[in-house]
Amino acid sequence: MSQRGRPTRTIRTEALARVEGEGAMRVRVAGGEVLDVQLQIYEPPRLFEGLLRGRALGEAPDITARICGICPVAYQMSACEAMEDALGIELDEPLRALRRLIYCGEWIESHCLHLYLLHAPDFLGYESGFEMAREHGEVVERGLRTKKAGNRLIAAVGGREVHPVNVRVGGFYRAPRPAELAGVRDQLERAREEALETVRWTASLDFPELERDYEFVSLRPEDPSEYPIDRGRIVSSLGVDVEPAGFDQTFEELQVEHSTALHSVVRGRGSYLTGPMARFNLNRGRLSPLAAEAAGAAGIGEGTANPFRSIVVRAVEILYALDEALRLIDSYEPPARPFLEAEPRHAVGHGATEAPRGLLYHRYEVTGDGEIASARIVPPTSQNQRTIEEDLHEFVSAHLGLPDEELTLRCEQAIRNFDPCISCATHFLRLEVEGR
Amino acid sequence: MSSVPLLAGIGNRMRGDDCAGLLVADRVREIAAGSIEVRDLEGEPVDLVEALGCSEVVVVADATSRGVEPGTVLRLDVTEAPLDPGISPPSTHALGLAESIELARGLGRLPASLVVWGIEGRDFAPGAPVSEEVARAAEQVARALVEELAP
Repeated sequence: MSQRGRPTRTIRTEALARVEGEGAMRVRVAGGEVLDVQLQIYEPPRLFEGLLRGRALGEAPDITARICGICPVAYQMSACEAMEDALGIELDEPLRALRRLIYCGEWIESHCLHLYLLHAPDFLGYESGFEMAREHGEVVERGLRTKKAGNRLIAAVGGREVHPVNVRVGGFYRAPRPAELAGVRDQLERAREEALETVRWTASLDFPELERDYEFVSLRPEDPSEYPIDRGRIVSSLGVDVEPAGFDQTFEELQVEHSTALHSVVRGRGSYLTGPMARFNLNRGRLSPLAAEAAGAAGIGEGTANPFRSIVVRAVEILYALDEALRLIDSYEPPARPFLEAEPRHAVGHGATEAPRGLLYHRYEVTGDGEIASARIVPPTSQNQRTIEEDLHEFVSAHLGLPDEELTLRCEQAIRNFDPCISCATHFLRLEVEGR
Repeated sequence: MSSVPLLAGIGNRMRGDDCAGLLVADRVREIAAGSIEVRDLEGEPVDLVEALGCSEVVVVADATSRGVEPGTVLRLDVTEAPLDPGISPPSTHALGLAESIELARGLGRLPASLVVWGIEGRDFAPGAPVSEEVARAAEQVARALVEELAP
């Protein structure tokens, strides 16, 4: 098929069979120009929003945790924060520190999985993490050890590595004893040393050229020494500055013709980017000295707008999360009570935390009987979809001379810059040339 | 490395028949407590890489999505031969079972014996109930693997 007589070149995904939807990507090129990019790589968790209606509000953390197998803690944290907002519960500092600590565990394990097994193979020319493992076993083993340290930390606070059972609205079912946290300290310290090496190693990779003028969006905590993980106002590089309750007035989800997934934009403006690069660029002055120094040595000390360098940013965040976890463990004071309670009331609550992939927003309306009347969940991957399309548009435009196979691989790598919930779908892009 | 056989059940209890592997694990705990170590792996197959290094004899139970009759049971010895990546239902964004096994193989971490039991699911939608065929098959698989591992 040709466009106005010009031969067209199409990069198209094969429909990716997913249990609850399909992923697809298509880039159409004609006459040396990218005509359009259409991307649908993430199914919004609408089914889970429906599932939550009528359930007890206390079930929200456990139900939403099952939306994502890699970042259940993030869903638990945003859900808890939203319910606590609705009920007027304010966590004391010891409970809050525990929340931050378990979240550090998830950042470590999630970033390690993506960095080593999903993204690094792109940079080294391997088709998969396990192919990379055959020739770079030591490197992969380092990633697995660091990931394991994150898992152990999650288990120490959350009661189980994979799907923490100890998290509840108001705090935790049981606060860990100091000895239990001390028990993971050595492993975290060793992992911190290895994380320094990970930063150095990622900085040595070859990065395709791409720099864009993003609007970065992240949380910014009130405490100026705190890098955003578990709380804060929502801010952007173009002046957004709102409480989580202001999410809907600030951001809008748009229907697009080619996709069932919605596109998030800043109202009155356009696409934005959330995730490690946004957090780093907006808050890098709040990193620990060790992480800041490592970032500087890695060449991103002044920030970066090249999405391919997000792998370095993730490495810095792994290091930061380990550093922060050790600080929290060393200053840990068991809370007076493991959880705080409040009487159910009819209210709306908002929660925004920084999942490994970016801003994760939950909003619930709850009834006086303690039931969930409605739920809204906006994951980071959903918010980044339009930005990913724009990145692909720009990247393909600048690399039209590449042969089809290489261009397809680079497009996959560009999508994995965002660590989206379809990262692991290697070779989900298919290039079909319809005419040259 | 332990000589006690290990069963790793993989799945997600909130996604209908995706809990098939966990149902097998639940049942094996009931009928063979002590003679088989049982672990639940929920949506994080990379932890399987760690589990594979823990015992000389490892069995994995998981749901499959091959397009065959729901409840169909599959038993594959993957000690030497790779597992077909197409048999597992796609997960949100973790590595699939097949990729995790190959990762372990690449790192030299496979046990002396690795068998995968699969149960074909009907419905993987969030909140869907477990289908009868899968529940029956889970019982069948649990009994069969206990018979193999702890006769």
